[in-house]
Amino acid sequence: MSSLPLIVVDDLAKTFVLHNAEAAAIPVFSGLRLEVRPGECVVLAGESGVGKSTLMRAIYGNYLPSAGGVRVLHDGEYVDITRAAPHQVIDVRRRTLGYVSQFLRVIPRISTLQLVTEPLLENGVDPAEAQERAERLLTSLRLPRAHWDLPPATFSGGEQQRVNIARSFIRNYPVLLLDEPTASLDAENRAIVVNLIREALAGGAAMIGIFHDHDVRDAVATRLFSVTDFKAAA
Amino acid sequence: MSPASNTPERYYNYAYLDEQTKRMIRRAILKALAIPGYQAPFGSREMPVPYGWGTGGIQLTAAIIGPDDVYKCIDQGADDTTNAVSIRRFFAQVADVAVTEDTAEATIIQTRHRIPEQPLKAGQVLVFQVPQPEPLRGLEPRETETRAMHAYEEYGLQYVSLYESVATYGRIASTVGYPTMVDERYLMSPSPIPKFDNPKLDDNEAILLFGAGREKRIYAVPPHTRVRSLDFEDYPFETQTWEEDCALCGARDSYLDEVVLDDAGERMFVCSDSHFCAERRAQGHVGRMADHQLAATPEKEPAQ
Amino acid sequence: MNAPLPNNLAKMQAAPLLRVDNVTKWYGQILGCRDVSFEMRPGEVLGIVGESGSGKTTLLNCISGRLAPTSGSVEFDTARFGLTDVYALNEPDRRRMQREEWGFVHQNPRDGLRMRASGGANVAEPLMNLGGRHYGKMRQATVEWLERVELDTRRIDDKPRRFSGGMQQRIQVARNLIHGPRLVFMDEPTGGLDVSVQARLLDLLRELVRDLGLAVIVVTHDMAVARLMADRLMVMKGGEVVETGLTDQVLDDPQHPYSQLLVSSVLQI
Repeated sequence: MSSLPLIVVDDLAKTFVLHNAEAAAIPVFSGLRLEVRPGECVVLAGESGVGKSTLMRAIYGNYLPSAGGVRVLHDGEYVDITRAAPHQVIDVRRRTLGYVSQFLRVIPRISTLQLVTEPLLENGVDPAEAQERAERLLTSLRLPRAHWDLPPATFSGGEQQRVNIARSFIRNYPVLLLDEPTASLDAENRAIVVNLIREALAGGAAMIGIFHDHDVRDAVATRLFSVTDFKAAA
Repeated sequence: MSPASNTPERYYNYAYLDEQTKRMIRRAILKALAIPGYQAPFGSREMPVPYGWGTGGIQLTAAIIGPDDVYKCIDQGADDTTNAVSIRRFFAQVADVAVTEDTAEATIIQTRHRIPEQPLKAGQVLVFQVPQPEPLRGLEPRETETRAMHAYEEYGLQYVSLYESVATYGRIASTVGYPTMVDERYLMSPSPIPKFDNPKLDDNEAILLFGAGREKRIYAVPPHTRVRSLDFEDYPFETQTWEEDCALCGARDSYLDEVVLDDAGERMFVCSDSHFCAERRAQGHVGRMADHQLAATPEKEPAQ
Repeated sequence: MNAPLPNNLAKMQAAPLLRVDNVTKWYGQILGCRDVSFEMRPGEVLGIVGESGSGKTTLLNCISGRLAPTSGSVEFDTARFGLTDVYALNEPDRRRMQREEWGFVHQNPRDGLRMRASGGANVAEPLMNLGGRHYGKMRQATVEWLERVELDTRRIDDKPRRFSGGMQQRIQVARNLIHGPRLVFMDEPTGGLDVSVQARLLDLLRELVRDLGLAVIVVTHDMAVARLMADRLMVMKGGEVVETGLTDQVLDDPQHPYSQLLVSSVLQI
């Protein structure tokens, strides 16, 4: 069971069609295949604009691929993210598939602590325990305690990113997608995040990441995957 | 007496209304009696008094009255107010009936705002004048909606008004027109009688008819029908009580009117039911101000 | 005893709360909406987006039992009869179901509140409609709900017109949630409010929906409302659904020309 890949990307293709720009078609990639097993951290390689983020988003169900499928092992069964009903995708995202983006989508008025405990509460964790775990994680990420009760809208980029990381790592998602999670962090904080990633991998998580920082990439990658190889012809 | 009562000298048909109208009203009455508390529509006619002076009650009376009836008319409990006297004279003239102030003697009692203190008996009919037959109208202006509420027994809204009352005054403060439930089916406005009279509606031996002329509705409570006043579990229905007795007859259990006597604020409380009070005094009951001029027996009307 | 269901997913798939099948509404020769089909599950939030005249309000009225469709069916998992065609119920049963199991938040609070009754009585009325006859208990529930929608409980007996638009909308929200409905319809719930008031109300709605596990169908032309509240979206144009999908997918990677236009028209601040 543990040897089964947690993510299987089958012949995935993505072409953007801009209907309001004379239906211009922008092909990104095609025939893309990728499998990620537990404990693996696959780092996407390729120059800027080749479609690394697009692939991540397609795996998360945020972008709709033009062809192919993305299967994620959820409750012992594969769910094709690209075809599943919205409520299934939501369930997969809630319990199996985590995503750390570069940017935090800030919700007005929601405090940092609430934001971080939310994934736990959604999964039925006792509020007191959720609170304790959130505090521990925020402490280890060195986010000042004074910030915890504030909405992160006014935080610096690095602080927002750490809130984002806390939100994703508080729940031990079996599958994690990391889109530049350390982009705006200083060296010390980067090291903390690298540790979090390694712990999760040791715990059997499967990850796909984009890291422009070579030190971080080398510290966590188990292999590289070249998106350029699947570049679709324009 | 009956055939003769429509002699050619009459200015009007017997009992004022034409026979077709009376039949139409009687059908509405029968329907109302068959569905206690239900507001039966009827084709209300122009009457020789303005709407709001009791045209509904007058039409009901005209539809049911016969020459053998004995007719009593009260306004606010009193037989001697202008309205009561006028309406009583009207029926004495157009229906050739005997009139009375004696509650026990009357077969038809038309009333505005009161139910007589003396319990009614089988065979008597109490006719109420109703300005607004729809108890839900205050909160729901749409007739289509209130009709649906009655049809489907959706009476939560009536409790909204009680809720507001408790919220504002700490008790259910409405004292007249206090909403009732008839036979656990239809919500009914008891007409603007004081809630003191509400218990008299319940299991009454007499027929209770309600007529709203302007709103063109007739409803009824047949004898021995359960009529319950709405309330909350923690704010049960209560009637008014007075610290005073009737100043004229000393009654402790009747509905009292406050009468201001002078500019200094001197006042007295007297029975609103004038016949009830007079009868008690005739039986020798004496109140605190029994010799007050109000106690003087009003002159009997000259026989018509 | 059957074997326990393998997971929540199976449970959710097994029990649609609402099933809309090919709903079409014609106003004479004019099309309201055509061939709309979808299912809702408990706890799902569906956003219906589109511009004015796209048929989203017609659709909302059809599926909320307020406007009989010309053809098609709307089935709801009623407490008393199970999955039943809403328009096959007789009127008293339908009204009772709407009263007991649904809520409807109007865009204009005047359409959803009794302006002659106090704010508190407006909130308490659904309890009385369900047979509540204990004043103290209902008063307590009302106070709790006013706190929950962040209104000053000292103003409980004020008439709605003495509250601001945003507060009136909060009263309406409380009135539509106090009786524990399973499905709530919202028609532009934050429309007509100042932007700052809108944002606060939206947060509140989002929190309540999550905490209560409500199923919600929210009609809006505001993409921000759609993004913040809805799990998935239906994009309507000219009475037809042109695109459906997960909210973030429809907003971040819209497929239909109209959806692309709609999303690209949102001003970025």
